[in-house]
Amino acid sequence: MNKIEFLKRKATEIRMELLTMIYEAGTGHTGGSLSNTDILTVLYYHIMNADPNNPKWEDRDRYVQSKGHAVESYWAILADKGFFPKEELKTFSQFNTRLIGHPNNKVPGVEMNTGALGHGLPISVGMALAAKMDGKSYRVYTLMGDGEQAEGSVWEGAMAAAHYKLDNLVAIIDRNGLQITGTTEDVMSLEPFGAKWSAFGWEVVEVDGNDIEQLVTVLENTPNVAGKPTLIVANTVKGKGISFAENVAKWHHHVPSKEEYQLAMEELSKQLEVQQ
Amino acid sequence: MTNAMLKSAKGNKIANRQAISEVLLELAKENKDILVVTSDSRGSASLVEFGKQLPSQIVEVGIAEQNLVGVASGLAASGKKPFVASPACFLSMRSIEQIKVDVAYSNTNVKLIGISGGVSYGALGMSHHSLQDLAVTRAIPGLDVMMPADRHEAKKMIEALVEYDRPVYLRIGRNPVEDSYASENYEFHIGKAVTMKEGTDITIIASGETVRIALDSAVALQQEGIDCRVINMHTIKPLDKESILKAAEETGRIITIEEHSIYGGLGSAVAEVVSQSNPVPVRILGLPDEPAIAGKTAEVFEYYGLSIDNVRKIAIQMVGGR
Repeated sequence: MNKIEFLKRKATEIRMELLTMIYEAGTGHTGGSLSNTDILTVLYYHIMNADPNNPKWEDRDRYVQSKGHAVESYWAILADKGFFPKEELKTFSQFNTRLIGHPNNKVPGVEMNTGALGHGLPISVGMALAAKMDGKSYRVYTLMGDGEQAEGSVWEGAMAAAHYKLDNLVAIIDRNGLQITGTTEDVMSLEPFGAKWSAFGWEVVEVDGNDIEQLVTVLENTPNVAGKPTLIVANTVKGKGISFAENVAKWHHHVPSKEEYQLAMEELSKQLEVQQ
Repeated sequence: MTNAMLKSAKGNKIANRQAISEVLLELAKENKDILVVTSDSRGSASLVEFGKQLPSQIVEVGIAEQNLVGVASGLAASGKKPFVASPACFLSMRSIEQIKVDVAYSNTNVKLIGISGGVSYGALGMSHHSLQDLAVTRAIPGLDVMMPADRHEAKKMIEALVEYDRPVYLRIGRNPVEDSYASENYEFHIGKAVTMKEGTDITIIASGETVRIALDSAVALQQEGIDCRVINMHTIKPLDKESILKAAEETGRIITIEEHSIYGGLGSAVAEVVSQSNPVPVRILGLPDEPAIAGKTAEVFEYYGLSIDNVRKIAIQMVGGR
């Protein structure tokens, strides 16, 4: 199996895992976790230097999930990579678990507690700046939501990253076009979105965020311009992988019914067969 | 024993921010991980010289207080020791969610120095007063809260904080305050209150710039035959409950005095302890629930009864009623 095929298959397995977690827990951010699965899969299984046996390794690449609510894909991946036992996924959102509904740095592999939107980019700027100060070559990756872009602190961080020429910083926008109330353009329009980031001094790249091959190509080639932080507009489909959840706003945190769960798992199993 | 100065020797010209910046510069020269992080606030924080001498150890984020604290937390998560310095009014309000989540909840080693605190910006109005900062920071789990009494304590506090691997909010005022200590020659421990003066009739508990008022009041009360204990509660959290309960037990009545709203600050903290373990009378002196009147610190303090005369009157009342 070549790398691309492996990553595609892995992403489908992660989708099945996260859907099962949400179904069993009776809670979760289904749509967003499905839209960001491919991005996280490419980061964790192909791009980032991370060692599950030494999660605090000084030279590791950092990942800060600013859209903290879409955490299920993240938990599924960290468990699969061996940061903690897979068995623990069953405790997701249950009493006294550490696998709560947002990233939690009591879990090995998680850098920072997030959940309040607009925090991840400033934190990542600090991490990237520290790498520059120490002459270290690690990269910092942060994933933001598109609805999150209305937070003013995102743009404070954007200015600082360009000012300090942080070409070791890669911000990825999960541009699924939907937030809880409806489309981002109806709630608070973002377009011309890439142009805004360009104007803030970032190198902007647009990609199909559910296309593993495109993600691999783009992420392998950052930074695209020395001295500039990279912004990847990853156009994704909220609810990706499950036909009846795709692009439906209510799946933001809709928990599948028994029938929906079975149908979804069938769909994903079929995808897995094709990917074999 | 402490070396508290019971009698005020007027004339100190060195503000706490100046004392802090000098000691930070000294320590940062030896440890390149010590950084200061500012929001166009290096002038107000007396850190211009720091920036000149150690340009690679000062991080400027511009007027962006949310980013200020977020960046500091990312630096701390990567092994740095950032000291954030920004006006207390903005730092404790505009950045409060970053303080709660990125610093306290994530447990990053960030020291937050709120400068020009309380009513330092006397005539600039409520936007620039920070009279709620102790209440809000005190309620955040994982965050310690401190306020030095004078330049000597400010210096000792910073020296201790460099070795203290926990999130801390520290508030100082803008202008020089009269010394409460004769020198730096005393033991300072985070979370351990300093008994500045022993006494058996009543205890005044103060923090920050009001420690001087408490000492002066105790001296005035001596003339009235009242033996007043003075406690400097430089660490508001974790609170030295032992010293409070000892004072309640041994003196039977307590006055608290603080440059903060009467809600949620030092007085509240003391009352929480006393009311649950040894409910002796407590009088809380602070600023009332209104936008504070304009004026210089001394004028504002006088207006709201944060004065030797008022403390004296209340103490006589309380002791007389024994």
